[in-house]
Amino acid sequence: MTALLEVQNLSVAYGAIEAVRDVSFAVEQGQIVSLIGSNGAGKTTTLRTISGLIRPKSGRILFEGKPIGDLAAHSILERGVAHCPEGRRLFGRMTVEENLQLGAYVRKDEGVAKDMERVYELFPVLGQRKQQKAGLFSGGEQQMLAIGRAMMSKPRLLMLDEPSMGLSPIMTQLIFDTIRELQSQGTTILLVEQNALAALALSDRGYVVDLGRTTLEGPGHELLADERVRAAYLGED
Amino acid sequence: MATLLQQLINGLVLGAAIALIALGYTMVYGIIQLINFAHGEVFMVGGFASLATYSYVLPDSWKSDWYLALPLMAVGGALVAVVLAVIMERFAYRPLRNAPRLAPLITALGVSVVLKEAVRLWYPGATAPVPYPRAFVDKQFSVEAFGGRITIGSTALLMIAVSLIGAVVLQTYISRSRMGRAMRATAQDPDTARLMGVNPNRTIVLTFAIGAALAGIAGVLYGIHYTNVDTEVGFLYGIFAFTAAVLGGVGSIKGAVIGGFAIGLIKSLAGQYLPGGTSYDLVWIFILLIVVLVFRPQGLFGEPERVRA
Ligand SMILES: Nc1ncnc2c1ncn2[C@@H]1O[C@H](COP(=O)(O)OP(=O)(O)O)[C@@H](O)[C@H]1O
Ligand SMILES: [Mg+2]
Repeated sequence: MTALLEVQNLSVAYGAIEAVRDVSFAVEQGQIVSLIGSNGAGKTTTLRTISGLIRPKSGRILFEGKPIGDLAAHSILERGVAHCPEGRRLFGRMTVEENLQLGAYVRKDEGVAKDMERVYELFPVLGQRKQQKAGLFSGGEQQMLAIGRAMMSKPRLLMLDEPSMGLSPIMTQLIFDTIRELQSQGTTILLVEQNALAALALSDRGYVVDLGRTTLEGPGHELLADERVRAAYLGED
Repeated sequence: MATLLQQLINGLVLGAAIALIALGYTMVYGIIQLINFAHGEVFMVGGFASLATYSYVLPDSWKSDWYLALPLMAVGGALVAVVLAVIMERFAYRPLRNAPRLAPLITALGVSVVLKEAVRLWYPGATAPVPYPRAFVDKQFSVEAFGGRITIGSTALLMIAVSLIGAVVLQTYISRSRMGRAMRATAQDPDTARLMGVNPNRTIVLTFAIGAALAGIAGVLYGIHYTNVDTEVGFLYGIFAFTAAVLGGVGSIKGAVIGGFAIGLIKSLAGQYLPGGTSYDLVWIFILLIVVLVFRPQGLFGEPERVRA
């Protein structure tokens, strides 16, 4: 069986700086897979390359077995890969509703209004304030909106870049619960996190990215128990 | 008193033309932070293209019916302006999208020189102002009031009406339509807009095209109102419109319209009432611009400049 997403020996450079040197991983249908690693390891660059914002220098990206490495960003989204970017990147001067409409920009079917209602059910705070500008919301609420916006394209694969960044522990818990909920509704998830403990606990599979390379991999609970991971990413000696 | 009212009317007409052009400046700046100095020349080309439509395309029997001739002239002017802007975007600006900002700016200046000289050299008689047909739309409405005669022509009314309607339609399109949302998204955060599936090239080209269509229509309205068109007007009105856009706040539709009317009114009133008359009217416009920018660098309705992540 082919994986939903497969990244093989990916390398990506910004000019002369090689941010990703040799990253390989696979995401099976229905799983939550996380990439963990310290700041600057190349996780964000990897996601931006998968979604078509940057071109790979070498290596292959396969979605449902087909190469997507040189498609335009909108074509990749149309195939079913949504990217909820680091730092949320909402359209702060637009309303909640407009942000969600933009999330559904590539859709031409009739179900958009219904899916918007589902986002409001998942995150009632958004439903109560749908005509307010996104920039006025708290960090946690903005993260909810960023996830809701990404879900509006009805992705097969949802990529989340550091959704817990800057959030309180309670808010982080809520966001992670939501991720699990989305998985149970059938969305496959690729999660990038610096919060390795929470991410691995949730994940079917994890990969450690270090200096642009995938160095360790395994089921989430095994990586959690791995002493190299504990030493490097969970702050234990 | 009658003189004042007459100058107000003249100022509104001038302002309406400036506003139509300023809309294109402000939209393009809003989406790619490019001051498209060639936009004034697009307006000038629109004026010539609609005149050419009249002179060389329309059958003679249609020329005296304004309701046939005028819309077709507008279509001709707008069409040529749009094609020109699309070519300009594709071949002059798009390759420089990621270059330092100075590069496209200088390119825009170069494009404007090319356009102006091309029209001057190749349009028959364009080394001097070329007269516009006027027979079909020169109805004047005048009233005796305040001890004088106040006149407003049908072309003046048309200019003001088209400008206001154009701005309202544009504002509605940008704030309500799907493509309008895509344009605003690209303006706010181009990468994230791409993550929403917005095709940036298509969105940017559409922005250029809309601005050019408005400038082309301004060209034909200018021609029939002032009864001639001249290769110099592109530069002059380009400066007026650019100033209007900055005054109103670049990126803001409302700002461009209010800035346009403000400049039209100042030019017309200062020319009549302030010392120096018409030889100093531009000075007052730029003094106003400087005063506004000192106290409100983002212009009257602009968003404060933010650093992009
Ligand atoms: N736009 C950019 N231009 C140049 N270098 C960049 C850019 N973005 C990231 N980098 C560099 O690439 C490396 C990987 O960054 P990133 O992918 O953001 O890592 P992570 O998400 O794991 O923190 C870092 O060394 C970073 O400085
Ligand atoms: Mg990152």
